[in-house]
Amino acid sequence: MNEKHPMDYLLREDRIPHIWCPGCGLGSSVSCFIMALEDSGLDLNKVVVVSGIGCTGRVAGYINLDSFHTTHGRAIPFATGLALANPELKVVVYSGDGDLIAIGGNHLIHAARRNINMTVICVNNFLYGMTGGQVGPTTPLYAKATTSPYGNFERPFNLVYLAAASGAVYVARWTALHLRRLTKSMTEALQKKGFSFIEIISPCPTSYARRNRLGDGLDQMKFYHDNSIIRHGADPKEADIGFQTKIVVGKFIDVERPDYHTFLTEGLAKVVGERK
Amino acid sequence: MIKDREILTGEHFMNGDFACAEGAIAAGCRFFAGYPITPASEIAERISERFPEVDGIYIQMEDELGSMAAILGASWAGVKSMTCTSGPGFSLMQENIGLGAMTETPCVVVNMQRGGPSTGLPTVLGQQDMMQARWGSHGDYEIIALSPSSPQELFDFTIKAFNLSEMYRVPALVMGDEVVGHMSEKVVIPPKEEIEVYPRRKYTGPAEEYLPYKPDEDLVPQMVAAGEGYRIHVTGLTHDEKGYPVVDAEAQKKLVPRLVNKIRKNAEKIIEIEETNTEDAEVIVLSYGISARTSFRAIELAEKEGIKVGMVKLITVWPFPEKRVYQLASKVAGFVVPEINCGQIVYEVERCVKGKTKVTLVSHPGGHIHDPRDIFQAIRNILK
Repeated sequence: MNEKHPMDYLLREDRIPHIWCPGCGLGSSVSCFIMALEDSGLDLNKVVVVSGIGCTGRVAGYINLDSFHTTHGRAIPFATGLALANPELKVVVYSGDGDLIAIGGNHLIHAARRNINMTVICVNNFLYGMTGGQVGPTTPLYAKATTSPYGNFERPFNLVYLAAASGAVYVARWTALHLRRLTKSMTEALQKKGFSFIEIISPCPTSYARRNRLGDGLDQMKFYHDNSIIRHGADPKEADIGFQTKIVVGKFIDVERPDYHTFLTEGLAKVVGERK
Repeated sequence: MIKDREILTGEHFMNGDFACAEGAIAAGCRFFAGYPITPASEIAERISERFPEVDGIYIQMEDELGSMAAILGASWAGVKSMTCTSGPGFSLMQENIGLGAMTETPCVVVNMQRGGPSTGLPTVLGQQDMMQARWGSHGDYEIIALSPSSPQELFDFTIKAFNLSEMYRVPALVMGDEVVGHMSEKVVIPPKEEIEVYPRRKYTGPAEEYLPYKPDEDLVPQMVAAGEGYRIHVTGLTHDEKGYPVVDAEAQKKLVPRLVNKIRKNAEKIIEIEETNTEDAEVIVLSYGISARTSFRAIELAEKEGIKVGMVKLITVWPFPEKRVYQLASKVAGFVVPEINCGQIVYEVERCVKGKTKVTLVSHPGGHIHDPRDIFQAIRNILK
């Protein structure tokens, strides 16, 4: 019974059990991630995981790579410092929708605009899970949360549209059900130079599903199964998510644009070189 | 790197902000993240112009929250890093200064103080962030802060800040102000070999034996960088020596007192003050930054009247030279503390003299330096 799982070397076993609830999609997303790490062919000593605060913020602590668990909303600028100070690193920001889109939203759009070489994995459970299920900028219209007890009346962000419009060179969305496809997207994002963004729609049985009477984690997975539409190359603008509506998933954007560090250093070499 | 452009050895007529930037480059800083703000923008401008010559990375972030986070990230990539700001931006940086203190991340934050609160006096001076420097982030921690009073000191103290930050693995603050930042004076940049630069306290042993938060005897742990194969975990949560989060009272008791004590127990090694004529003084003026320079004129006026006035000029403001202030307290009729705020460091002086002598604040709310005659009058009043 003591046989090791072949992926164990990429997890900090001494930190398991993790803190996530039964039925949460975070665990399966991490499984995909460690498979993608292997598939990517990257030197894993040069891959760094940075998280912010929240349930997803704990990912950094479980993955056996150089990892940083930072402040709420600041994973992306922290990662910007790492990525620019040592361009040999592949920096992955793994955090939640509240962390990356609300308190950290400004950093997301600017890192994408600059095309900083990093992969941002945003696990979207439609609300603030760790603090007890409060409404957030991704909560679908009319969905209930502890601070929207009568339903949410704020229009949510469409994350893939936001990332694409801000300049991300790779944008994909999957649910926690799409393990094989998610792993493939993560692998592609890891191999891509520049700002890549992956949204993972994840069940939150404890807060989101319970309050909205959507059943348990399995029921949410069943919902994803019945309602996800795979549409590669779809216009991200058309991929809004409503309350219990169809979810458009797939790879939306995959384009080439020089990442910021390359663009900067090559540009400066031309100008400053002349000043010598 | 462009040859011979790293350290601009020689005599310059240079403003304080530029001198600060040159000090950072001389100290080995190669990553800068900042956000424009008066009166600190000239530091960023100088760095953005100079860094390509020394293979440094300058990035203008979207705000000060991001700037502070970015320099922490860069420091963990193994590169010495800095940001600069003024009051409002300093407020925004506080949370991540706390992350720097908790994760023991060397970095330098320069605050060219202006008058506050809020937007206050954007273009003119204040010294109103001195207590914020000490207590600005939430939770218990100790910090190192230096106070320059001239462009030369901005050069010298910026290097000193980098060295202390590396030595004690704590964010080090350079608490300048608008006047020292914007004044131009002679700045002497020494040859490279005369500039003392303290390297990072690196761990180079085997990964399996490495405990990232196991302190050396002086309570400071050794550091590695991301990408070196050690697979470290660094968190702002209370953590054990492995760096793993442990959220309980026992772990807190082991960690937080060490973070505080690595500064407190090494305080005598960290603290630097400049004393003038304190041995036979009747009154001592204790001041820092630009107010210290104004005070020298007041002392001249007092000496003309035959009053023996000593001067304690703070180089390190935090940790505060409490032992020395207490020693001096029993020898003098009083301390005069001029500062451009409604009273901050004066409370620290009052705490340290333990009632043994009088302490008088010479306050100025900001926007201008003191009239030396106000300080002179306060010196006189002590002896009345």
